[in-house]
Amino acid sequence: MSLASLSVNTLKPRLKEIKLSFYLLNRNKLTKLSLVIVVLLLLIAVFAPLIVPYPGHVRGETHPQDKLLAPSGTYFFGTDELGRDIFSRVLFGTRISVETAVVAVVIALLIGVPLGAIAGTMGGFLDELIMRITDVFLSFPPLLLAIAIAAFLGPSLQNAMLAIAISWWPWYTRLVRGQAVSIRERQFVKAARAIGTSPRKIIFNHVVPNCIAPVIVQASMDLGGVILTISSLSFLGLGAQAPIPEWGLMVSTSRQYFLDAWWYSIFPGLAIFITVLVFNLLGDGLREILDPKTRKL
Amino acid sequence: MKSFIVKRLLLGILVLFGVIFITFFLTRVIPADPAAQWVGSRATVAQKQAARIELGLDKPLYVQFLKYVANLLQGNLGYSLRSHQPITRELQNYLPATLELVLLSTVFAVLVGIPLGVLSAYKKDHWLDHFSRFFSVGAVSLPTFWVGLFLQLIFYRMLGVLPLGDQQSMTVRLMYPLHHITGFVILDSLITGNFVVLNDALAHIVLPGITIALYPIGLVARMTRSALLEILNEDYICAARSYGLPPRMILWSYALKNSLGPTVTVVTLSIGYTLVNTFLVEAIFAWPGIGNYISSAVMALDYPAIIGVTIFSAIVYILLNLLADIVVALDPRVRI
Amino acid sequence: MDAYFAVNDLKVGYKTFEGEKSVLDIGDFYIGKGETYGIVGESGSGKTVLALTIMRLLAAPPGIIHSGRITIDGEDLLSKSESEMRKVRGKRISMIFQDPMSTLNPVFTVGEQLRRVIRQSRGCSHKAAEKLTLEMADIVRLPDAANTLGKYPHELSGGQRQRIIIAVALSCGGEFLIADEPTRNLDVTIQAGILKLVAQLQRDLKMTVLFIANNLGLVSAMCSRVGILQRGRIVESGTVREILRTPRHPYTTLLLNAIPNGKGEAQDFGRLPPTTATETANAGCQFASRCPRRIPRCVSERPEARMVEGEHRVACHRAFEEGWAK
Repeated sequence: MSLASLSVNTLKPRLKEIKLSFYLLNRNKLTKLSLVIVVLLLLIAVFAPLIVPYPGHVRGETHPQDKLLAPSGTYFFGTDELGRDIFSRVLFGTRISVETAVVAVVIALLIGVPLGAIAGTMGGFLDELIMRITDVFLSFPPLLLAIAIAAFLGPSLQNAMLAIAISWWPWYTRLVRGQAVSIRERQFVKAARAIGTSPRKIIFNHVVPNCIAPVIVQASMDLGGVILTISSLSFLGLGAQAPIPEWGLMVSTSRQYFLDAWWYSIFPGLAIFITVLVFNLLGDGLREILDPKTRKL
Repeated sequence: MKSFIVKRLLLGILVLFGVIFITFFLTRVIPADPAAQWVGSRATVAQKQAARIELGLDKPLYVQFLKYVANLLQGNLGYSLRSHQPITRELQNYLPATLELVLLSTVFAVLVGIPLGVLSAYKKDHWLDHFSRFFSVGAVSLPTFWVGLFLQLIFYRMLGVLPLGDQQSMTVRLMYPLHHITGFVILDSLITGNFVVLNDALAHIVLPGITIALYPIGLVARMTRSALLEILNEDYICAARSYGLPPRMILWSYALKNSLGPTVTVVTLSIGYTLVNTFLVEAIFAWPGIGNYISSAVMALDYPAIIGVTIFSAIVYILLNLLADIVVALDPRVRI
Repeated sequence: MDAYFAVNDLKVGYKTFEGEKSVLDIGDFYIGKGETYGIVGESGSGKTVLALTIMRLLAAPPGIIHSGRITIDGEDLLSKSESEMRKVRGKRISMIFQDPMSTLNPVFTVGEQLRRVIRQSRGCSHKAAEKLTLEMADIVRLPDAANTLGKYPHELSGGQRQRIIIAVALSCGGEFLIADEPTRNLDVTIQAGILKLVAQLQRDLKMTVLFIANNLGLVSAMCSRVGILQRGRIVESGTVREILRTPRHPYTTLLLNAIPNGKGEAQDFGRLPPTTATETANAGCQFASRCPRRIPRCVSERPEARMVEGEHRVACHRAFEEGWAK
């Protein structure tokens, strides 16, 4: 019997847990609805290049003769100051926002999770050191660090992504460390230590897999907030640069014209709102489903 | 208790040092040459070189860092690349306007968010709860800058009842000069009995105030609700009910005190978010505060100014967190 | 019989995601005024649910009261609205909980908590309430009252906390007291003191007491009449003397044998499989699966409560057979 099988739950209780999750999910209409919309958004993000009505407008085509047209049958959301179809650009913006958010979160995880696992498992000086560094990063007001880093790296979507990852990882480190501290007291870890498994193996083969579930859940819940941050950075000019059809950037550019061309500001902003809203609703619903107290029923 | 405060203070200083280190690190990582920025694009090589020496950029890195820290301890945040003015003084000028917004939003967050969360938890699954939860989630999902624009569209463009931006209208500013005592427009106009300015200022603060208050209200309402749900399930609340205590007392006297820890924490967090949201809100409403200052600094890539505001905000945030930690530690269960 | 307190045909269920479970299915029992009645049962038998149901403090989902009447002085508690119940709680019925640590608010001093309840129930001034607080602390014989009242719950010992809980419950002025395993979480040495206190208070204040415990020995010392609760059903009831001398239900016998007697003998019926909360109610006797005297009829048909003699009633198909001895 290998050590690995000791640490992984047996199948039967897992099945019951999954059944319970689905039952709770079913009862919560709002969560179901947000799940559906999130899936829809993901589909749009993936298939965007294929479904936008005016693919050229997304890239860099300009049609100055059609500038600032109100919404109509040809241009559902109207056009911007360069005559580009706002509907296509908003749709494509889904892809950009989702992509950037996912990459940012993944990078944050890749930095944060190992650090947290190491801190929690090893304890002692390493733990203190890592947690102090985490404290330093967390003592910046949210978003501020991302702004500062993005400003200094130079305004671009990739740098914004990096900036967000750098300001976000401490949250995961804290989360994982907390988990790791309780896991390292469990039997199978003690057993592994006793037979002389190297610390690296203990951390990555035993501790991390058992911490990872709540972290993944938290990360998917964070996507909403990350998308909001990306659009805020782009709004300030620190993220996506023209002609990328990023929502925040569109709202920012629209400011010059918005008093007369309301559609230019409203639709991209609405897209941000709805996307972040459904991710947050889904996250809330998931959190409630996974809350051990609700599951006690 | 005292030893806790001391320990926490020391930790705060350590963290502050780390913050300073990071911000210094950032200033030296920038692609552009600060000396060139200082003297402008049309400077000669000799002028750039002189600027380098003046800015101390020719010295070794650790000397620069020490000078940087020394400056900070004296309250010298450096000079803005655009205006060549001391950043500290510029911050002082712009701070009151931002404080007005931050204070307003925090007051709203507490006065609206907490009761909303409490009632929502008490009447769980009632329509009030559903509405309040939806409102809270919506409030934290709204892009602040978009809300500002949206409100401007409705109240200025369509209805014409509220001004577009700025703290006071041009005419009022010129024709009814305000005698500054505290630096806060609303407060000063109230004290000096200058009601024209007061009316004008109030009209101007409505839209930015609502815009910036939404996120904190949502955040505080959510956290209060979840904290209270946990508390209301506790045995001592059940016991309190069995003694015949009225629900009003149980909710607002008992349960609220039990939720003090999480509540203070979330209010602090929301102040942190608000600080940064002012950047967005002030940009939209041309509000003469720090946020406006930093967003134009960002546009112009005025690095010292960006760093100055960053350090300032970080220090404020660290202090707030320290205060919050102390309040939380007042919980009698915490054995210090 | 014109009883002071009566429970009739009470059915309470509990909703889980796997369906609804029956938690209480009590036929009838009554308590006379000034009497101390005991309810004995294992963990999971529904004792606390019964207490909470009487106080109408049961969490409504997932708990659900299907039917029944709970009357005190003729008034049906189950038909009252929440605001009407608020007048009943504390003023007419009060409750002592089993875990004094979790039933005291951790962020207020115990004195403050006592004072508030006193002020609320008597409507008196702050000064008067302070005086009364000290009086109550004396009544429950709280040692060093003035100092102790200024402390927080976590600073006190289990015995002190329980005395405070009793003081709080009593200061509401109720005439009916439900004591839900008040000594469960206390050291054995402290238990006796608390029990003596409860008994004395009951005598002095002429209260009617419903005493809930998991130990038949405890109940028999405190109560005049007893009901044995098994998986939500009262399987046997009667005076303490009747139950101790001539128990008729196999479960009662089990409980009796579990009391260590001075001779160091303990008969047992082998190891009992533990009650699991997820076992659903079946059509027959709830004890059937663990009963050493089980016959097929026990599984299919629910036994009705039948009178043996006097107050003694039992619900078992085989209780009246010949040769049924302890």
